[in-house]
Amino acid sequence: MKFFNQTTTILMKEILSEYKTKDVLISMLLFGLLVILMFNFAFEPDSEEIRNFGPGLLWMTFIFSGLLGMNRTFAGEKENKVLEGLMLAPISWNSIYLGKMLANLLFMLLAESIILCLFSLFFNYAIWSRIEWMAIITFLGTLGFSAVGTLLAAVSMNTRMSEVMLPILLLPLALPVILSVVLATTANFSTPPEQNSMIFWIKVLIAYDVIFITVPLMLFDYVLEE
Amino acid sequence: MTDNPVVLLENVEKWFGQNIGLQDISIKVNKGEFVVLLGRNGAGKSTLLRILTRLSKPNSGGVQVCGMNVQHETEHIQKKIGFVGHNTLLYSHLTARENLHFYAKLYEIKNPKEQIKTALKNAALEFNADRPVRGFSRGMQQRLAIARATLHHPELILLDEPYTGLDLESAELLSGQIQQWLTTGRTIIMATHDLEQCFGDVSKWILLDKGQIVETLMGDVSVIHRRYRQFLQSLN
Amino acid sequence: MVLLRKLHGCFTLLTMMGALYAIFVIAPRELTMGIVQKIFYFHVSAAWIGFFGIYVVFFCSLIFLIKGGRQWDIRAASAAEVGVIFFTLNLVSGPIWAKPVWGIWWTWDARLTTSFILWLIYLGYLMIRRLVENPEQRARLSAVVSILGSIDAPIVYMANRWWRTQHPQPVVAGDSNSGLHPDMQVALLLTLMAFTMLFFYLWKTRINLERAREDVDILRKTVQYYIKEAR
Repeated sequence: MKFFNQTTTILMKEILSEYKTKDVLISMLLFGLLVILMFNFAFEPDSEEIRNFGPGLLWMTFIFSGLLGMNRTFAGEKENKVLEGLMLAPISWNSIYLGKMLANLLFMLLAESIILCLFSLFFNYAIWSRIEWMAIITFLGTLGFSAVGTLLAAVSMNTRMSEVMLPILLLPLALPVILSVVLATTANFSTPPEQNSMIFWIKVLIAYDVIFITVPLMLFDYVLEE
Repeated sequence: MTDNPVVLLENVEKWFGQNIGLQDISIKVNKGEFVVLLGRNGAGKSTLLRILTRLSKPNSGGVQVCGMNVQHETEHIQKKIGFVGHNTLLYSHLTARENLHFYAKLYEIKNPKEQIKTALKNAALEFNADRPVRGFSRGMQQRLAIARATLHHPELILLDEPYTGLDLESAELLSGQIQQWLTTGRTIIMATHDLEQCFGDVSKWILLDKGQIVETLMGDVSVIHRRYRQFLQSLN
Repeated sequence: MVLLRKLHGCFTLLTMMGALYAIFVIAPRELTMGIVQKIFYFHVSAAWIGFFGIYVVFFCSLIFLIKGGRQWDIRAASAAEVGVIFFTLNLVSGPIWAKPVWGIWWTWDARLTTSFILWLIYLGYLMIRRLVENPEQRARLSAVVSILGSIDAPIVYMANRWWRTQHPQPVVAGDSNSGLHPDMQVALLLTLMAFTMLFFYLWKTRINLERAREDVDILRKTVQYYIKEAR
């Protein structure tokens, strides 16, 4: 209960900070828009190609803008070393991890919803028919990405080139997530939708999420220690 | 009087790779004492203070605060300590009030609104309570940082060079606050490398250099001044 | 100790020579692929040792986090440096073999993809070690990364396997142990042994190098101190 309160307090603070600055959301959205623009000029996709490549392009857009947002999680803590303030408080450090992870998840989901609409708009990609499954896949995928990403953002924060280290570490480790979401999305939007394949990859996502929320919780203390 | 010291360090050592942070430090501080850590930059004063919180772990030796081992009962101990370091630990985009409110929640303070109001008053920040911290001067930020650190009425207050960069008004306010803390029975450990401020009620001065305790001094401030100057000259 | 090291070195050399003999003399030439097929022994063994290496790093990192002690950190980092060499060997030998035999440089089958990802994780680990100043923090952060990577490795492999059962790609190296001529099996086993010996030898050498470096550092600081005192 206490742990839950601590996590919620930190999550609320993250939301409040973001509400004031809107740094993270704006940069994620702008970047996502730019990536979509690039794709359009790089591929000039017609509807047939979009059917094949759409999910991949979509998730690449999500991931690149997500990386941007993730970097900000701990970069903001460097100013005035506010992270130490959290570390000094009578809270379990795991609540710091969980609070930030949930904040990342929330911001990414928000940005992804908007990017998804834009994507559907610019590429005439029909998403509304199976949107519930898309929502589930997006949630599970973003959760996994955020879970590992938050831990690695804390790790990268201590290195000299923190913005570069995060993608270098995160992308290989998040490969199973990337694979699963793209395949699940493809299965979801193919005609007819490949239900079995999609369910299979959703299960993989759930397994990944469970493992990669548990393991970071066990390792987070070691990352924060001086 | 008391065999229950507020702070007890026994043979504490801290290494940073190959460099010595602290070597064989044993210190006892009793309740209500005002201890000043003196020494040059890099002497180990900050390291010592950080080891008392859980920001830093010693490589060996025992650290006890209020009778509890710092490694084991961290959450209990954190409630008893207020730390003001080099960094303000404030969120620059949030207002003073929001900053205090956040920390009040983390420290599970009862009656947060009242406490925050009092704290802002003591820090002379009532009229700036709803401005974002990034617009504050250094003095104002320091005052808020101290308010944040003492919001939960800690028994032990740790100050790391708190007078650095403060304007006269803020410095006087701080000295007043230190007096008040001592009257209410708090224990204070302060690190400093210069003796510009006159500290009247210091129980003892611990002179540190290269991670070791050189001397423990007691007595009149002018005596301490002389001895410290002597020490600094002997190093050159 | 020095004698043991020398023996180790000799034994490694002997097994290497034995393996080379087995590969080029004993093992028969493959029907379709010809002599190029002989890369297979190095390619597969290097992969095995690379994987083995990552779990050595994992094991040492885990012990370091639980028990502490600089020695375990040195062991983990040294194993990572040696392991990355083997994976590099694996990734480079793959295309060299694949191109003349199958006509393609690369394929994203489960094994190769996992090797590539693990190689990247190794590199991430080594980059962290270069970019963190504080030695304790460096040790802890790299330990965390290696633990994450080692847990991720089997998931990456399985995910790729499942993907490729749905969307098959040409598999370089086929199923390595199916239909192998017994002499080829011997050659593979010997190469594996040789590479394992080599891994341990290089690992120990790297650990000794790191310890020597630390000793030199301490000596240098002591000398500097005495020079300063003398002045």
